Amino acid sequence: MYDFDYQRPTDAKAATAAFQGDARYLAGGQSLVQAMRLRLSSNARLVDLGAIPALRGIHAGGGSVTVGAMTPHAAVAASPEVRQAIPALAQLAGWIGDPSVRNMGTLGGSIANADPAADYPAALLALGATVQTDRRTIPAEQFFTGLYGTALLPGELVTAVSFPVPQAAGYEKYRNPASRFALVGVFVAKTAAGVRVAVTGAKSHVFRSAELEAALAASFTPEAAKAVRLPVAGMNADLHASPEYRAAMVSVMASRAVAASLAR
Amino acid sequence: MTDLSQPPVSPIGQPLRRREDARFLTGAGQYTDDVVLPGQSYGVFVRSPYAHARIQSIDTSSAKAAPGVLAIFTGADLADAKVGGLPCGWLIHSQDGSPMKEPPHPVLAQGKVRHVGDQLALVVAETLLQAKDAAELVAVDYEELPAVVDVATAAGAASAVHDDVPGNVCYDWSHGDKAAVDAAFARATRVTKLEFANNRLIPNAIEPRAANAQYTRHDDSYTLWVSNQNPHVERLLMTAFVLGLPESRVRVIAPDVGGGFGSKIFLYPEETALVWASKRVGRPIKWTAERSESFLTDAHGRDHVTTAELAMNEQGDFLAMRVKTTANMGAYLSTFASSVPTILYATLLAGQYRTPAIHAQVTAVFTNTAPVDAYRGAGRPEATYVVERLVETAARDLGMSPVDIRRRNFITEFPYATPVGLTYDTGNYAAHLDRALELADVAGFAARRDKSKAAGKLRGLGYSCYIEACGLAPSNIAGALGARAGLFEAGEVRVHPTGTVTVFTGSHSHGQGHETTFAQVVAARLGIPVENVEIVHGDTGRVPFGMGTYGSRSLSVGGTAIVKAVDKVIAKGRKIAAHLLEAADSDIEFENGEFKVAGTDRKIPFGQVALTAYVPHNYPLDKLEPGLNENAFYDPTNFTYPAGSYVCEVEVDPETGRTRVDRFTAVDDFGNIVNPMIVQGQVHGGIAQGLGQAMLEGARYDPESGQLLTGSYMDYCMPRADDLPSYQVDHTVTPCTHNPLGVKGCGEAGAIGSPPAFINALTDALGVRDIAMPATPERVWRAVNR
Repeated sequence: MYDFDYQRPTDAKAATAAFQGDARYLAGGQSLVQAMRLRLSSNARLVDLGAIPALRGIHAGGGSVTVGAMTPHAAVAASPEVRQAIPALAQLAGWIGDPSVRNMGTLGGSIANADPAADYPAALLALGATVQTDRRTIPAEQFFTGLYGTALLPGELVTAVSFPVPQAAGYEKYRNPASRFALVGVFVAKTAAGVRVAVTGAKSHVFRSAELEAALAASFTPEAAKAVRLPVAGMNADLHASPEYRAAMVSVMASRAVAASLAR
Repeated sequence: MTDLSQPPVSPIGQPLRRREDARFLTGAGQYTDDVVLPGQSYGVFVRSPYAHARIQSIDTSSAKAAPGVLAIFTGADLADAKVGGLPCGWLIHSQDGSPMKEPPHPVLAQGKVRHVGDQLALVVAETLLQAKDAAELVAVDYEELPAVVDVATAAGAASAVHDDVPGNVCYDWSHGDKAAVDAAFARATRVTKLEFANNRLIPNAIEPRAANAQYTRHDDSYTLWVSNQNPHVERLLMTAFVLGLPESRVRVIAPDVGGGFGSKIFLYPEETALVWASKRVGRPIKWTAERSESFLTDAHGRDHVTTAELAMNEQGDFLAMRVKTTANMGAYLSTFASSVPTILYATLLAGQYRTPAIHAQVTAVFTNTAPVDAYRGAGRPEATYVVERLVETAARDLGMSPVDIRRRNFITEFPYATPVGLTYDTGNYAAHLDRALELADVAGFAARRDKSKAAGKLRGLGYSCYIEACGLAPSNIAGALGARAGLFEAGEVRVHPTGTVTVFTGSHSHGQGHETTFAQVVAARLGIPVENVEIVHGDTGRVPFGMGTYGSRSLSVGGTAIVKAVDKVIAKGRKIAAHLLEAADSDIEFENGEFKVAGTDRKIPFGQVALTAYVPHNYPLDKLEPGLNENAFYDPTNFTYPAGSYVCEVEVDPETGRTRVDRFTAVDDFGNIVNPMIVQGQVHGGIAQGLGQAMLEGARYDPESGQLLTGSYMDYCMPRADDLPSYQVDHTVTPCTHNPLGVKGCGEAGAIGSPPAFINALTDALGVRDIAMPATPERVWRAVNR
C-alpha cells in the first residue's frame, strides 16, 4: 500500500475534526485495507474509528433496534436483542464473509462502502431503516444511490442505524461460489405499512422489487414469490451469472426468505 | 515390557505421522520467502497490462532516480549480454516430419509482450516498497495489437502471437493407426461422439513462487533459493541453456515448498533474471510473487478442445477410438508444455479397455495467454475425461449398464501392449470396480434417487475407471518420444559411524511427505528405527543429482534408486560381517537389521557393522575400503500404471442448479503402499482438485482484450471443505512388477479420475447428454430448464 497519515481518535467529534483533506474513515478494514494492499485505493489520511466506544453497541426498545456503526457483524449475529427482535437480521450478519471478516467488519463500514453485493443494504431497505450520521438522519430509501454510491457527504460520519422491528422477516442469500458475496440476496419484511422486498447483488445497487411486493401483498407465500418473473433489465451480467439467471434466482431467494419468515 | 521374541513390525504399510508436519504446523518451516540474506535487495517485475503489444520504448529514467533503486534491467540488457531464451524440454514433431515451432522465449520481453503479465523489466531496490514504487515509474510505450485468446480459434487467426509463427500452430501431431481406426469406424454399427473442452485451470499452490539469488565473488558462484520441484533440473536448464554458466558454479536450493502441483517444475523467467542480475548488482536479490502475479504468470493447466468418437458393435465391444484435440500452449513454450497433450495424453487413450485401434491428432496453438504446462495429472486427466465420458455415454446410447459395458471391455491379461504404445505390466480392474460398487452402495442408489425426487431434487450416479502412466520414465523411451532429458533418479545412502543413516534423494518433497515415507522404506530395509533415518532433498549442493518430483514418480523411481543404494550398503555390510564373524561372504544373511551366519545363531547388528566400517581395526582392509556410503542411479524399465474405480453421486437442486456431491467413492490400485495415511491424503487432495475442475474452477480470459477475468479468488472459484463430502476411500493391490517396492505412485490419481465421474453423475441426474466443465449452477439450471 501507499504511505498515509494515520489518526485514531477516541470520540466522534475528534473523528470528524480529523477528517481533513484527502481523508477516509477506516472502520473494520475488510474492504478498504484489501483495496489499499492492491494499491487500488489510496488516501493521504486514514481516520481509524476503532477506538470510539460510543460508536459500538446494540440497543432495543420502542419498536426498533439501533446498532452502532462500529458494531462488528459477529456482535450483531450473536446479539440476544437482535435475535429476539429481528432474527433475520442476526442471520444475515452471521452469513457475511467468514469468522475473521465478521470479527472486524462493521455495519457502518459496510453501508458506507455500499458494495453492490453487500448484505446489509437489503436489510436496511426492506426494514425501512434510518441511518444516523453526525449531522442528520437519512432514510434507507435515500441512502443507497448507485454503484458504491451513498448519500453521505464528504466527512459525514455514520454513527448508528435504527431498524424498525417488523412483524415478520426473512433473508436468503445465494452465495457467489467464489467470493461468497451475495450473487443475489433478498430480504423480505412484513411491516405495518405492508410487504417490503429488497434485493442486493442483482443490480448496481440495492433496490425494492415492486413485482415481488405486489405478489406477496396479495399472497404472502413462497409460491407467490417463486412465480414472479422479474424483468431482466438492469440485472448484472458477470462471469458467475447472466441477467436471466440472476432474475430467476431473485424469485427463488425471495420465496425461500418468505418461507424462513413464516417458519419463525 | 517389549516382547523381544516377536520380530519388530515393519514400518512399511504403517500410517506413521509425518515428521515434517511438526515444523509446518508450528511455523518453523523455512520457505523461500523466509530466507533473508545479508545485504538483501528486492526485485519487482514490470509486467504488461496488455495481452499483445509491440514495445515501442521503455523509459527507465524516472524509475532509476527513485529512492533506493539499485538497478533496472530490460530485455535489451539481457540481449546485449547474450542471455539465451528459456528452453522447452520435449521436442514434438508434426505429421509432416517437421519439428515443432520453438519461437524465442526471452527472460525479459524483447520487441513484444505476449500476455497480460508478461515481464519486461526487473527493478531492484533496497526495500520491496521502494522497488514497487519505482516499478510504477517505468514508462512503457506500447502499441496494442489484436489478441488471440481462444484456443478453438487461434489456429489460422489473422494475428500472430509470434511473428515467425504465422497461424499460431506450434505443431500438428498424431499417434496411432489411422487406417485401422478409419476402417473400424466404416464398419461399426454404433458410434458415440462427444465434443467438449477440458477447462483451463490455475494451479494455486498455497505458497506463491519465490526466489532469492546471491552471487558470491570469492568463488564466482551463485546460490539460488527458489520454490521449485526439481532443483537439479532447474540448475541444468538455467546454466546450460540460458545463462551459459558451468552448473558447478550454481547451487539451487528448494527449501520447504508449499505445494507445486506441477507449476513449480518449470524454469521461469523470474528466478533466471534474478540469478543473472545478482552478479551485476552485487547484492542478493529476492522476489516473491503476489497472489495476483501468480494468477497471471504461473503456468496454467489443461485448456483443450476435443472431438472424440468411440466405435462399437451392437453388443458394446469397443472397436476403435478417434480423437481430435486442439491444445493451448499459451504465449510461450514452457518447459514441458509440448509433451502434455501428446505423449502424456494420447498414450492413455486405451484406458482400462481392449480397444484394438486408436488414433489421436493433436494441434497445439499459441495464444496471448499465460503459458500452459503440466498441472496435477498432466495429460492424463484430459485423456481419462475423453475415455470415461465416451464410455459412459456409449452405455447410455446402447441402453447398457455403464458397469457392464466396462466389464465387457476390460483388459484382463497382462502384460498388455496397448495400441497407443504403452505396455501395462499388471492390474485387476474388476477387483477395484467390485469394491467401489460395494463401498458406494450402488445397490441402494435407486431408493436414494426416489427419496431425492420426493423432496424435489434430482440425483445421479456416475463412474470413472481410470488408468494412468506415471513413474516417469524409461529414459530411452522418453528420448525416442522427444524428451531432451533423461528421467532416471538418484539416491545416496550415507551410513554414519553410530549407525544412523542420511539419505540424499533427487526426489523433492513439497507436500508428498517423502521425509516420512522414504525413511520408512530405508528403515524397513535396514531393520533400524525410522527415527534413525534422515532424508535430505532439495539442494544441489548436498544431493548429487536428481530429476525431481512430478508425474507421481518419487516412490517408484526415487524410492527404487534409494533401495538400490541401500542394497549396495547391505552387500558391503555382508562382507564386513563375514569378516567379523569369520564366515564366508556367501554364508551371511541379513534380516531384521542383523547380519547372521546362515543356520546358526551367530549374528551382529547393523549398528556394529556400521561402526566397524568407520573404525576398521578388525577389517579386511586388503580387500575392502572402509566407510559405508553408497549411491545408485535408477532408470525405470517401464512406466507404472496405477488404476482405479471411482463412483460419484450428486444431488441437484433444480430451482437453483446448485449441485452437491452427496458421496464420492475411490478405490485405487497403487501397488504396494508404504504409508496408507499419506496415500489417502494424496487421494483426498487429488479428488478435491478434480472436483474443483469439474464443478467450480475455470481460468477465463476476455475474448477481445485477453485480460484475465479470473484474476483473484473473488472470481476464480477454489474448492473449499464445505463444497466436498467426506470421501470413501479404499485400495486394492497388484504390485508393480518392475520395481523392488512393487509401488506405482499415487500423487495424481485423484485429479485424474474424478472429473469424468462427476460429470457422468451430473448428466445422469439431469438426463442430458453432456454438460461443460465447470458445471456451474447456471449451466445446470439452464440444462434443467432447457
